[in-house]
Amino acid sequence: MQPPSEHVHWLFATGILFLGLLLLSEAIVGRDVWRRRPWRAYLWPSLLFGLGVFMWPVMVFFTNSTVHMLAHSAWAQTMMVAGAAELGLVSGKLRGEWWKLAVPVAFAVSGAAFLIHEANPWFYARSAFVHHVCGWTLLVGALFPLGAAFKPRSWVFNTGFALVFVAVAVALYTSRDVAPIFGHLNTSAGVAHR
Amino acid sequence: MTQYATEVSRIRTRTSARALAVLSLGPLTVLGGVAWAFLQPWRVTLLHPYGQGFWWLVVEPPLLVVLAGILFEVFVAPGIVRDLEESEG
Repeated sequence: MQPPSEHVHWLFATGILFLGLLLLSEAIVGRDVWRRRPWRAYLWPSLLFGLGVFMWPVMVFFTNSTVHMLAHSAWAQTMMVAGAAELGLVSGKLRGEWWKLAVPVAFAVSGAAFLIHEANPWFYARSAFVHHVCGWTLLVGALFPLGAAFKPRSWVFNTGFALVFVAVAVALYTSRDVAPIFGHLNTSAGVAHR
Repeated sequence: MTQYATEVSRIRTRTSARALAVLSLGPLTVLGGVAWAFLQPWRVTLLHPYGQGFWWLVVEPPLLVVLAGILFEVFVAPGIVRDLEESEG
């Protein structure tokens, strides 16, 4: 009953896409309007925390290698910490400005996790390409939440932050277990299906 | 038009543009999902369900994109636009 790996990528892509839509709308209307309803302020940090929680079953059931397990667990932890830190900041229970760095750190760790647990080169197969794209998108994209931590009202940083999520979602939706990428498919990857 | 009326008109136009941008996020996402379904119909296994396993029937990427757009448009966007109009009204 365990879902194929590609299905897991697509499910996470949906959560990340929804997160991107929330952040994009927050960037458009501004933080003051976004937080006029208390429940809305908690929405995207809760979703980020939830995605971190759902990463744990991925760590437990997808045990292709030790590095896979370590990458998934590191990823789960940082997403949960980032979500929890934002929840704490929104509720006012956390007052330290440094907690705002939890999200860029989560981006950087997630990007590194993508890159570290992908042992194959870019054009080995579709999944390898997707992992490289997601990894570098998150690593470079960490600059947006980092900038937003110091300039929280910056339209550029907030929009960039949201668009990183949308870009990662699009990349994850293209993930396949065994499929060619721009005509390349290493013979050791297996036989492409569908 | 007086100076005051011009200012009010400018503010309303700006508010409308932002509201329109928020209201368009959901439909654009849905449109993206529908376009994807037309471009890669084999990704929508409901169109050819026989012999498909559980996960292939439940997790269909173009439909998930449509679902994300609908959820945003129905549950999130209207409240944001109302608050936006109130704040600048």
